[in-house]
Amino acid sequence: MKYVALVYTNPGAFEAMPQAERDAFMREADAYLKEYQESGELLEGGIALADASTSKTVRGRNGLPAVTDGPFAEAKEQLAGFYVLDTETLERATEIVAHDPAARVWAVEVRPVMDQAGPEM
Amino acid sequence: MRTQAKVGAEDLLRQLAPQVLGSLVRRYGHFDLAEDAVQEALLGAALRWPEVGIPENPRGWLITVAARRLTDTLRSDQARRRREERAAAMAPPDELVASPRDEYPMAEDDTLTLLFLSAHPSLSPASQLALTLRAVGGLTTAEIARAFLVPEATIAQRISRAKQSIKASGIPFELPPKPERADRLQVVLHVLYLVFNEGYTATVGADLQRSDLTAEAIRLTREVRRLLPDDGEVAGLLALMLLTDARRAARAREDGSLVPLEEQDRALWNKRHIEEGTALVTEALSTASLGPYQLQAAIAAVHDEAARAADTDWPQILTLYEMLERISPNPMVTLNRAVALAMVQGPRAGLDLLSTLDADHHVAEHHRLEAVRAHLLEMAGDHEAARASYRTAARRTTSLPERRYLESRAARLLERARTSTARKGRS
Repeated sequence: MKYVALVYTNPGAFEAMPQAERDAFMREADAYLKEYQESGELLEGGIALADASTSKTVRGRNGLPAVTDGPFAEAKEQLAGFYVLDTETLERATEIVAHDPAARVWAVEVRPVMDQAGPEM
Repeated sequence: MRTQAKVGAEDLLRQLAPQVLGSLVRRYGHFDLAEDAVQEALLGAALRWPEVGIPENPRGWLITVAARRLTDTLRSDQARRRREERAAAMAPPDELVASPRDEYPMAEDDTLTLLFLSAHPSLSPASQLALTLRAVGGLTTAEIARAFLVPEATIAQRISRAKQSIKASGIPFELPPKPERADRLQVVLHVLYLVFNEGYTATVGADLQRSDLTAEAIRLTREVRRLLPDDGEVAGLLALMLLTDARRAARAREDGSLVPLEEQDRALWNKRHIEEGTALVTEALSTASLGPYQLQAAIAAVHDEAARAADTDWPQILTLYEMLERISPNPMVTLNRAVALAMVQGPRAGLDLLSTLDADHHVAEHHRLEAVRAHLLEMAGDHEAARASYRTAARRTTSLPERRYLESRAARLLERARTSTARKGRS
């Protein structure tokens, strides 16, 4: 089964970390990705996102799409990136994600990916 | 488009792959390196043969090329070691460069030995699948990656990880000892079953790479059957695959939406598969000891032999599910037995059986339980409860075609409820 891990972080809090702590965090994050890519459970090609302040949102207004800046959400945590896991069970996926340093400091949502295939009815 | 020459060469290569690998491993050891060498030889042949034609002795050609590749690797490894350790070589060079042209005895059991090795219980299921397809099936890493919809690098990692653990645990290249063999065969069959399912559940155009896996699983299971002709479960699994695959053309529409068994156009079913599968399972049931694959195949055969859905012999299916539940109890079997029970004794009997599964936290969360419940509630005429169950099941499934199917069942009931209310309003 494939699962997407949606990584939420707080950029303000990350910037406020002492340099050494931030470096340690990044090293830990790299080691984490490498370890589970090598076990064949974390797929290559994770995506890191730019700050949410650089986003545009296209949203329907009176039946037409309109482009606005942001979301500029005041929320402390924003989506920072995602990667895909391919594991036997959801339990195994969450067990892996528990080793993501972002999951210790902020939050990582693990959600099943819909399969294009269907079972016999 | 694949040309005829290319298809012919590919079929031959896949068949020869385990034989070539077996010869190399028995001669040189180093399963991990030999497997890489064979893969390279296969890739070379796949490019060359369709152009220049298949050599007179294709097996010999592959062995020669793979052996040369392997001895090169061993020599350069050895040279590196020599540089690093400044020590004498560990193996006499003439042993490493010995011409592979001389006799490589053909061992019938090599394919089987490789299957047991690739499906070693110490490997993760994902690694077992990948290694089986590459080492025994002769598929390339890229083909396996496309079939499983994961990056090639991930499959490469799984294969190399599997080979490392085989190397580290020092598993010998031989058939497992007799007392373990039956249990180990179960793992091999399960891997083949998973390969089959991975392909069978794929429905639409983009997934055609995946449906090739069903053909590959059937081919490998035929191979196991040739080597173990007296094993009832091997025959049972092959029969199950054939009897299931027989319905493939009828189980999905062109847009990828699913057609449930009772609505399938049975004229589209593959009669040759049905005949072969039915004959296999009939023989196995009367000669070998009973097992779960034989029973599942028997159930598939009963479905397949009904000319119309209404002709299905449900009492027989119910009996078979009861036997299956006795020898291999599992909530999914109970779920299927509930359907059969409903068809024989009415939907309420099926629903009562389903409610016994609600206590099992694992199954209670599973969308299949809600989907079956919805179906039986609809049969019982409780359309409102059925609609709620269809919706719950649709939210829980992770299959897109299944979600669409369940949503359409729920929508159909809503439509019906509206029409009947409107009719009542008019009268």
